[in-house]
Amino acid sequence: MTALTLKDAVIRYDRLTAVDGVSLELRRGETLGLVGESGCGKSSVARAIVGLQPLAGGTLTIEGETLQDVSNQRRQALQRKIQLLFQDPAASLSPRMTVRSLLAEPLKIRGTYTPESRARIVDLAESIGLGEQLLSRYPHQLSGGQARRVALVRALAAEPSIIVADEPTAGLDISVQGELLNLLRALRDRLGLSYLLISHNLNVVGRVTDRVAVMYLGQIVESGPTAALFRAPAHPYTQALLSANLTLDVSRRRERIVLSGELPSPSNPPSGCRFHRRCPLAQPKCAVDVPTLQASGERSVACHFPLATAPVVTPQAIAG
Amino acid sequence: MTLLTIENLNVSYRGSGRSAHILDGVDIEIGHGQSVGLAGESGSGKSTVAFALLGLLADNAEVSAAYAAFDGRTQDFAARETASLRGADIAMIFQDPMTALNPMFTIGTQLVDIQRRRFQKASRKALWARAEAVLADVGVQDAAARMHRYPHEFSGGMRQRVVIAMALLVEPKLLIADEPTTALDATIEAQVVDVLHRLRQRTSASMLVVSHSMGLIAELCDSVVVMYAGTVVESGKVADVLHRPRHPYTRALLACEIDPFAAFDPSQDLATIPGNVPDPSRRPKGCIFAGRCPARHDRCSEKPPQRHAGDGRPYACWLEAA
Amino acid sequence: MTALVDLSRRPGGTFALFAVTLLCLVAIAAPVIAPYGPNAIAPASRLMDPSLQHWLGTDHLGRDILSRLIFGARVALGISLSVIAISLTAGVVLGIISALSPRAVDLVIVGIFDIVTSFPSIILALALVAVLGPGLGNVVLLVSIVFIPHFGRVARAQTIAIRNSPFIEAEKVLGAQTWRVILHHVMPNIIGPIFVLACMDIPVVITIEAGLSFLGLGVRPPLASWGNLLNDGYTYLDQSPWLATFSGLSLILATLGFALLGEALRDTLDPKLRKTL
Repeated sequence: MTALTLKDAVIRYDRLTAVDGVSLELRRGETLGLVGESGCGKSSVARAIVGLQPLAGGTLTIEGETLQDVSNQRRQALQRKIQLLFQDPAASLSPRMTVRSLLAEPLKIRGTYTPESRARIVDLAESIGLGEQLLSRYPHQLSGGQARRVALVRALAAEPSIIVADEPTAGLDISVQGELLNLLRALRDRLGLSYLLISHNLNVVGRVTDRVAVMYLGQIVESGPTAALFRAPAHPYTQALLSANLTLDVSRRRERIVLSGELPSPSNPPSGCRFHRRCPLAQPKCAVDVPTLQASGERSVACHFPLATAPVVTPQAIAG
Repeated sequence: MTLLTIENLNVSYRGSGRSAHILDGVDIEIGHGQSVGLAGESGSGKSTVAFALLGLLADNAEVSAAYAAFDGRTQDFAARETASLRGADIAMIFQDPMTALNPMFTIGTQLVDIQRRRFQKASRKALWARAEAVLADVGVQDAAARMHRYPHEFSGGMRQRVVIAMALLVEPKLLIADEPTTALDATIEAQVVDVLHRLRQRTSASMLVVSHSMGLIAELCDSVVVMYAGTVVESGKVADVLHRPRHPYTRALLACEIDPFAAFDPSQDLATIPGNVPDPSRRPKGCIFAGRCPARHDRCSEKPPQRHAGDGRPYACWLEAA
Repeated sequence: MTALVDLSRRPGGTFALFAVTLLCLVAIAAPVIAPYGPNAIAPASRLMDPSLQHWLGTDHLGRDILSRLIFGARVALGISLSVIAISLTAGVVLGIISALSPRAVDLVIVGIFDIVTSFPSIILALALVAVLGPGLGNVVLLVSIVFIPHFGRVARAQTIAIRNSPFIEAEKVLGAQTWRVILHHVMPNIIGPIFVLACMDIPVVITIEAGLSFLGLGVRPPLASWGNLLNDGYTYLDQSPWLATFSGLSLILATLGFALLGEALRDTLDPKLRKTL
């Protein structure tokens, strides 16, 4: 059962096409990771899914209902089922409101503000460590972790079925990042949520997502179950991205593939495969023909010459 | 013979009424040509150490050290003597390259001006040529043309290379890199790490890498100083500290790192360190980590002694070396 | 109440509160506290120095300066507060509409603002009064029009600065209606600087009114307005400096009072600055 389907999404800012034909499927109860470097369009995808950015092409289907096909009112109701955890949670809280009124906002917006519903939200807040004494504070008086929790409770107060988390661990110390990720997972299981997790932290994505999609320059280059994809990436870009990930054990890390050059501008993408100019394995064909996303079983890759995905490289082999 | 020795460095801020102790008895030693990592989370005081070294702390900061020497000469921290080393003997690579560059001048002009202090008699032409060579050296393609460009015309990764070039041009004895790759994307980070690697092989400069990322320190450093709440909890060779941590904080911190190669049970919780870093204006009397330490016992209410592991590596904990 | 305590603790806040309260009280209680009628002529005692009978002296028609200043405060405050109220409301509404509307609407509104501000305000007011005729009501209306772009521009700029900020987007994602976003999240966050501007504009309005009155297009003599008084004082400056001095001082007191009030208000309205107390 799918919670959300994005099909052939195109997102434009004036004449710049930031996202060009991205399809995603979020299954109910799973955590889907969306990874890529800044400027790859992953945040635009998130914004389109939560309704902050109109789609210039493609469709968004939430729990079986395609947004383009339903009435305005129904669309708003469906859209509300998807909530966004902003990258900077403190900035996502209205600065002149106390935590108390911030938490009441989602209820007032939905017209379900009653003493009972209010009490329920306060209970929810308390259950994740936001005590009564925090309620009269303003956003700037909260610590980073507290602001994150307030933003989370607000999102949950809208009773969503899908949560889009944009870099949820960005700026968090490693000793507390686990706490947030554990909390998110516990909430997912308790409330039956599905997550789209957008991150550039591959260690986090590798640990907490079920499936993952890799974006490069506005397109998805590879997707599949996280474990298999991280163990044996099929796209050279995925491989380079994984190899760039710094690890504690220098002797065990993957052989680093340092890509030359920078991310090209999406306003003028390279011909053929968008990655060909930086790809260490590019062939003449790659500069001409556009590779399409080819599915094989659970995995898909958009590459003319995909790497062998059979697990020939085990962690032990890398150590040698 | 060491390049830099600091013993018992203390920094405190006197605010209105209460004072905050930011650094408490920090010892650091950097050998010639050695690369030392200064690791810690927010509130650990790692950046304060770097700023104290550069004499860049605010005026209301009280700085003192029992003994400090740079390149064989003693330094008086209380009198901010180290400030005179800045830009000549000590250079800094900042986290945000955009703020380190002046948007109003071309890269070339800035790369020339930075050398003025060290090479006072050199001609502009000579300095320009030198800047161009170093810029090409740190991997900026088409350096001759890029010299005439402004900072906003560079991408984040290129800007960081310019800043690295800037630091190298003064031929410092010590290069301080404060979170040099934190603002960069993974593949660009890999490029910059590569540049810093090549650099280390080429110059004799020592390096102090200040970072929250153990991965980066493992990559770039020979030894590491682990800080928590303004104190050094443990220091030693990178491989020793990362693989055989002595201090409970180092152990807990390393347990929080996600090992991408390890097998895991997805239903299992990730490791965390419950609790918060103590408020610097209300530091506990005993062990600074006691409040969050899983191995806390009665003696931890007293300040722990400096112990030495079998290999001579110091750590501050009441527990006997394992 | 806490806001007032807060205000008084700001630098200049006590003085601002004192000056503005004094002005308001004087304006309200004018008939009770003024020792003479504002227009009581006494040709025998013209251009007198301050004395026990006439604390601040008399003008060229023998009228008591203190009494005229007291009644003048009424005119000054009445006109300036009405003007600010009208132009602030209209300006903020237009500014927010402009910032949140499609480009075409924005261009039209900004174009109108530009046209209005391209004339020096006093000249524009003059031209409009010439068309509509003098009188208190017309003066208020016309000066208000002159000041609308002033508030409109700031409201627009402030709204543009926050319209794409995460906290506004967060409300949209929660499903908030546009009116709710504007009332609860845009307004509270842009209104601070606008109040400050309003306080600082009050003295400007007072001087514009004075200018118009001087030209016979504003408040008609013998009604006491500070503008009229200042001009009378200016005319007889070589014979008696008192009228010009005291009407000038009143203007300065009002200017400083409102300007400092504006700044103190800004600090008080901003919760981020509030904690620094």
